[in-house]
Amino acid sequence: MNVTTEVVRDRPSAKSKTSAGWSILKRDWFLYLLLIPFLLWYAIFVFKPMYGIQIAFKDYSVFKGIEASPWIGLAHFQQFLESEYFWRVLKNTLVISFYSLLFVFPAPIIFALLLNEVKNALFKKTVQTLTYMPHFISVVIVAGIVTNFLSPSSGIVNLLIEKLGGEKIYFLAIPDYFRTILNSMTIWQGTGFAAIIYIAALAGVNSELYEAAVIDGASKWKRTLHVTIPGILPTIMIMLILQIGGLLEVGYEAIILLYQPVTYETADVISTYVYREGLVNGRYDMATAVGLFNSVVGLLLIVFANRISKKYTESGLW
Amino acid sequence: MLESRGEKVFYVFNYIILGLFALSTLYPLLYVLSASLSSPQAVVTGDVFLYPKEFTLTAYKAVFKENGVWMGYANTIYYTVAGTFTSMVLTICGAYALSKKRLKGRTFFNLLISFTLIFAPGMIPMYLNFRDLHLLDSRFGIVIGFAVSTFNFIILRTFFQAIPEEIEEAARIDGAGDVRVLFGVVLPLSKAALATISLFYAVSRWNGYFWAMVLLRDEDKYPLQVLLNQLVVKMKPSESMLNDISYSTGETIIYATIIVAVIPIIVVYPFIQRHFVKGVMIGSLKG
Repeated sequence: MNVTTEVVRDRPSAKSKTSAGWSILKRDWFLYLLLIPFLLWYAIFVFKPMYGIQIAFKDYSVFKGIEASPWIGLAHFQQFLESEYFWRVLKNTLVISFYSLLFVFPAPIIFALLLNEVKNALFKKTVQTLTYMPHFISVVIVAGIVTNFLSPSSGIVNLLIEKLGGEKIYFLAIPDYFRTILNSMTIWQGTGFAAIIYIAALAGVNSELYEAAVIDGASKWKRTLHVTIPGILPTIMIMLILQIGGLLEVGYEAIILLYQPVTYETADVISTYVYREGLVNGRYDMATAVGLFNSVVGLLLIVFANRISKKYTESGLW
Repeated sequence: MLESRGEKVFYVFNYIILGLFALSTLYPLLYVLSASLSSPQAVVTGDVFLYPKEFTLTAYKAVFKENGVWMGYANTIYYTVAGTFTSMVLTICGAYALSKKRLKGRTFFNLLISFTLIFAPGMIPMYLNFRDLHLLDSRFGIVIGFAVSTFNFIILRTFFQAIPEEIEEAARIDGAGDVRVLFGVVLPLSKAALATISLFYAVSRWNGYFWAMVLLRDEDKYPLQVLLNQLVVKMKPSESMLNDISYSTGETIIYATIIVAVIPIIVVYPFIQRHFVKGVMIGSLKG
């Protein structure tokens, strides 16, 4: 097998290049055969729609199709930036993401650190099994449980409030509660499973460092602060970069399930706006432009976060 | 190791906090189960808190009488089985081919595919693509359109890369061709990884709702999750469910529907959990 490559190196003429091409194809024909359906799938279902993003700059008409529709430049972007919805959806997206960074992101780290201190193996295993479980339940069911528990007529939460002598509250119709409900739901469903990656990282922290710290008389808290957390910092940074990259994505599937027109003022984010504008109102070109705005900002954020992280912690995605 | 008083207090609190967190994941499901087995009156008045009151199975009878639920179940099973199979075939093809360092163009293709992790085409271009391909309201569209997850592809590629080349060489010396090497050597060696990836695909198929809701029109094609969105989240139990039993409220029917939908996952969950943990571990090693 190495012979062919050496031949190519000795005589880099056009003729031997094609024959080298043939011998590569002859050697790896099976791998290329496997690659065809796989790449075809990406071409049809990922890259072809990427080509369709151009309608963000066009006056798209269903009858003319993507290519024949006339270019109109940045008109859709301008219209979006000037619309009354722009600030609402941008603000909601940023606020929900900010709360998510503040509360949802650290939850699995804290959970993993606490679990790491548990010595009773059975207790540890039980807690893990129970807390991983919600990850496997669909977001529809979780949202269903939330809506029904918070229901003003017969939800358990309001029944309890009433028993304790309080007034019933229609939680999901009050804009002020929406973000808290959404992020609590995410924490409930995702914390246990998201902790796995940190639990694995914790298992990899050098135990000699702990022993040295104990000999030096470091307290539990100091050991956590100076040995454990630095040990899992690369993992935390990578997860943080990913989180920042997805900052504008926010869990729109969950939002679409939970929000209603009365809570749009705090619940409507860029993605849900794209969904309504595009799939409900049929303004495909406008919605694509808004979606592209979202993706590009997301892309810039992840590149930026990666650069910062590489500069200060030497760990990054690429 | 000697423990200071502060550390002892910490340990006690730690057990309490973790215990409460674990219970908080268990309780909602326990309540839903109990409520689904109680009389509507007991649920509405708040008598049910931990275990069923005025035990009855009428809510389940109403759920099982509903044809839509059976249909949704059948559709979900179809999407899960056909979808997971399609996903596995395509993912194995790509992951095996692109795991080979000697393959020309490998770096380029890998970069191209990794790029889709940080930049996706977006909801509307994807929808229009399905429309242009005449895959709206099509079961086949649901199965093929979401076949490959780039994340799963990377996990499997990483796994294939870790198989020593010598093992394949040895099989070749014994006279095995390319096809035999893949099916007779590589895939049997990768059983654990294949199981993990299949489960990742199967669970996301079972739970998927958004694109099914967007792409399907005909109710006969709805998977369970789309149906649940109407029955459980929008809290609109169908007419026929309510009429038969002359309920004052659909509350217990809703809870019974949740249980019926979640049971398969809860039953298999203890067996698949460790595979998932393993998958996350492989995935966390950078591909």
